[in-house]
Amino acid sequence: MPQDIPANSVGVVTPQIATFDEPLELRSGKVLESYQLVYETYGELNADKSNAVLICHALSGHHHAAGYHSMDDKKPGWWDSCIGPGKAIDTNKFFVIALNNLGGCHGSTGPTSINPATGEPYGSDFPMVRVRDWVESQARLADYLGIEKFAAVVGGSLGGMQALRWSIQYPERLHYSVVIASAPKLSAQNIAFNEVARNAIMKDPEFHDGHYLKHNTLPKAGLMQARMLAHLTYLSDDAMGEKFGRDMKSDEVRYDYSPEFEVESYLHYQGEKFSTTFDANTYLLMTKALDYFDPAQYYENDLAKCLSHAQCKFLVVSFTTDWRFSPERSEEIVDALIEADKEVTYARIESEKGHDAFLIPIPRYVSLFSAYMNRVAKELAL
Amino acid sequence: MTLRSDLNLIQQWIQPNSQVLDLGCGQGELLEFLKYQKACQVYGLEIHPDSIVSCVEKGLSVIEHDLNNGLKHFKDGSVDTVVMTQALQAVRRPDLLLDDMLRVGKEAIITFPNFGYWRTRLYLVSKGAMPMSKTLPYNWYDTPNIHMCTFHDFENLCRDKQLTILDRTVVDSTHEESLSTRLWPNLLGEIAMYRVTR
Repeated sequence: MPQDIPANSVGVVTPQIATFDEPLELRSGKVLESYQLVYETYGELNADKSNAVLICHALSGHHHAAGYHSMDDKKPGWWDSCIGPGKAIDTNKFFVIALNNLGGCHGSTGPTSINPATGEPYGSDFPMVRVRDWVESQARLADYLGIEKFAAVVGGSLGGMQALRWSIQYPERLHYSVVIASAPKLSAQNIAFNEVARNAIMKDPEFHDGHYLKHNTLPKAGLMQARMLAHLTYLSDDAMGEKFGRDMKSDEVRYDYSPEFEVESYLHYQGEKFSTTFDANTYLLMTKALDYFDPAQYYENDLAKCLSHAQCKFLVVSFTTDWRFSPERSEEIVDALIEADKEVTYARIESEKGHDAFLIPIPRYVSLFSAYMNRVAKELAL
Repeated sequence: MTLRSDLNLIQQWIQPNSQVLDLGCGQGELLEFLKYQKACQVYGLEIHPDSIVSCVEKGLSVIEHDLNNGLKHFKDGSVDTVVMTQALQAVRRPDLLLDDMLRVGKEAIITFPNFGYWRTRLYLVSKGAMPMSKTLPYNWYDTPNIHMCTFHDFENLCRDKQLTILDRTVVDSTHEESLSTRLWPNLLGEIAMYRVTR
């Protein structure tokens, strides 16, 4: 619990809900007749509605990006280090919107919501959504809030894919796109990791073809397995070495297979925590959205041609030990943007934190990000 | 907006509205001038974090990049001019980078400290030690300048590569041209400046 709300925090925030009754036709061909999106906002929307920044979340993210829900919260929102008064995304200048994506499990319509057609939770009947569907739903949220054009759309990892997708799907609706620790498409290795995770979930006997809620159960073991695997791919060898080394929980070797090394119990703890707070179907859906993302495929696999439709300026950031979304993948985006004659700034931040680095306030990262967002504010006269 | 005098000489060699790539752009002084005063489309490559932030603050497009890896981010003939000030002597293979500069750009502008400058020669002859000066402030063991060359050396390299020298000038340490630097460039010029093409 925060004894006092820090001065550079957005403070206590309350999530809001927007309901949409206009059907949303998804890339898969399926249609969502109606849906709701849960979101939070920080800062004030200015009179001409020109200072809005959209935050796109990653696989396990949600709408609670900054501040506290109550004074009892142990931790602030997931990107509190970068959103707040005087922070990189300065809420004294910007009106920040963070939402839970469609298909999520934190309040937006998703697999745990009630399917109006059956009166029961959607479960695996919830249609698969792709990054472009998220962008579409985010654009409708922008309409709902009266925002014609974002100052910036910002995201890390899967969120970076949304920021990139925004630039070509609604080129006239954003001034800047900030793409952090992301990639223009997943590699075979990345898809393979996702498939192992999905397989762990779907092979859990409690999965019941995705209708576990109907059976009053949860595929906890499978989701835990999936999270443990994914979590370790977000860390680097060095980061794990530094954090755990070969430390053991006790001095005596036990000669059994329960967790003995600190790294084992850490992974178990992370997996356990995740498996009780996250929905397995959402996990499947999010990983599939990652796998499918490949905007260049509709442009003869020419990313430069694809991004030539963008009208915004770009900031691309990568982290040296991120092997899940390596700097080389970010540089593919950078090279394509240069080829397409777009304005792009790129930084490859030295860090031992692996993919997770994008959520960590590394001084160099924060100073670059702050400078860039200041530039956004300055160029838009905010 | 006043530009450092060597950069002012360089900007005169660059056409308004052209595309410019600056290798080792530092805090972006030249690019800022070219972007806002000559409406050029500019990109900078830089490796130092603080310099990158300075460029961002100036509204410039800057790419974090180690010049020793060549110019792989850029396609053949993608810009009009590639500029490199005071970095030629600090890269691992200046000859290969020069090739790459003229692969990417129609023209290249290069400046470097002239090791044939009379004070440098005198320093080596009289002291028998690697020269140090305002332009060359490092010890031999910690200097980033690993490929020092003279005016003549560079012209020989251009000749071997069959490059055309469009412009050349040498300046003293205050970046001023004079009659003497024009008459005896390799002896009296401290900093060499070239504009070359293939």
